[in-house]
Amino acid sequence: MKGNFTESFMKGIFLICAVTSIIAILLMCIFIFAGGIPFIQEYGFKNFLLGTEWKPSNIPQSFGILPMILGSIYVTLGAVIIGVPIGLLTAIYLAKFSSKRLYRFLKPGINLMAGIPSIVYGFFALVVIVPIIRDVFGGTGMNVITASLLLGIMILPTVISMSEAAIRAVPNSYYEGSIALGATHEKSIFSVVVPAAKSGIISSIILAIGRAIGETMAVILVAGNQARMPVGITKGVRTLTTNIVIEMAYAADAHREALIATAAVLFVFILIINGAFLVVKRRTNLE
Amino acid sequence: MSRLLKSVVKLSAYITFGVLFFIIGYILVRGIPNLSPSLFHLEYTTENVSLFPAMITTLMLVFLTLIIATPIGVFTGFYLVEYAKKGNRLVEVIRIATETLSGIPSIVYGLFGMLFFVVYLNFQYSLLAGTLTVGIMVLPLIIRATEEALLSVDDSLREGSFALGAGMLYTIFKIVLPSAMPGILSGVILSIGRIVGETAALMFTLGTATKIPEGLFSSGRTLALHMYILSTEGMHINESYATGVILLAVVLIINYVSTLLSNKLAKGSNDE
Repeated sequence: MKGNFTESFMKGIFLICAVTSIIAILLMCIFIFAGGIPFIQEYGFKNFLLGTEWKPSNIPQSFGILPMILGSIYVTLGAVIIGVPIGLLTAIYLAKFSSKRLYRFLKPGINLMAGIPSIVYGFFALVVIVPIIRDVFGGTGMNVITASLLLGIMILPTVISMSEAAIRAVPNSYYEGSIALGATHEKSIFSVVVPAAKSGIISSIILAIGRAIGETMAVILVAGNQARMPVGITKGVRTLTTNIVIEMAYAADAHREALIATAAVLFVFILIINGAFLVVKRRTNLE
Repeated sequence: MSRLLKSVVKLSAYITFGVLFFIIGYILVRGIPNLSPSLFHLEYTTENVSLFPAMITTLMLVFLTLIIATPIGVFTGFYLVEYAKKGNRLVEVIRIATETLSGIPSIVYGLFGMLFFVVYLNFQYSLLAGTLTVGIMVLPLIIRATEEALLSVDDSLREGSFALGAGMLYTIFKIVLPSAMPGILSGVILSIGRIVGETAALMFTLGTATKIPEGLFSSGRTLALHMYILSTEGMHINESYATGVILLAVVLIINYVSTLLSNKLAKGSNDE
């Protein structure tokens, strides 16, 4: 009897633990949206999302976050342009070109890259990339290009490890068939194996986009953070994430609510990206 | 054409690993000479810019977070793998929840932590608020590692245990858990890395006080936060480098250990 009680008691405990993540995500939705949506309603959905002026200290205040939405899109796009080709090709290298012995050193290297804290990346960009960009393009060196380079580096491990896994998951018979038809090693990989790993590669890119759009502390150090409509890739921008961190410390009242609303918008972006990721992943599993 | 493709592939790999080694090398070379004894003073002052309190705070945060998140994460893994039946709706929802959690940016965690723990539950900027916030953050990591580790344990072990009349709990704790341990541990270790490197989620939950927290309800700053604040102030670049060295050292150790563990796990499953 006692044994049975312990069994079902512990099962209950495990169940409660398992539900914790659901509760956590629900609480997050509730608190972020309850904090943000009333403000958006009051200020006007269109004014908030499409407003081109963010001037919380003006009278009257203006809270348009279009500059930050565009800022986030710019640097994320830049990161994808830089990080995805290099990441994908490195994944191909790891899966199909590197020797086993070399791989034993390189693979932990990618894990290490994923483990380096974002503040270290940001600091590195601040002391190394910013001066280079300053010399080349003038200005402060803190602009869209710098932030894109930094994020491009930061998304590499995500792109690499997931794409590599996807490429490795392609049955060897694909490759062998192509070789048997007379194609070279490279041709077989690029025209047969990689296309077959398409959905895995796409999900790695989606995940990388999520990483880039959500990155905060590293971007603050190098993006310039001017809250105005982006004026070109050699000028500074502010992203949704950095907008929150920079002003949260001193914001009050409507300003504070506007920042929470900014987080709500970011949250929606992330939920959409996550949703896309889950859909692609599910489709991959079904194939 | 083949040649060109091959060189492009190789070039990309060189770039990736070149960047990695350059970042690590640069921080180490510039930072190690700056690791002066005054940085390890017991108390932070604007003169010594000691990182010692931040080190202790980081340790406290890691310890507390793991104490809370590890059992919850591991037990979730138990439920998902050992108890739930295939096609269970709840399992589906839990999976979606954990995957969503792992995709949420740390700043959103930070803001949630501020709204919920700091303001709503009135914890103020405190060790407790920081712990709970990053605790939720590392939960998906631990859950996934546990799940994978449990799934890799051969079913014959479980069947053998049941056949000998052992109950579910006994089987899980005495038979399955020991074989799954390396995998679970490597998840826990990766979580340590995540906690140590975290900044955005802690800024508005743990706060940025320079002292070692006196209790659960007082504020502090972790090494990563310390480095962020030094970098934005721009007055103490050398100390930033030094902090970077310590962070990198932690990350290197963590990765080394987790690689060892996963090799051990791979070996273990080959033996069977």
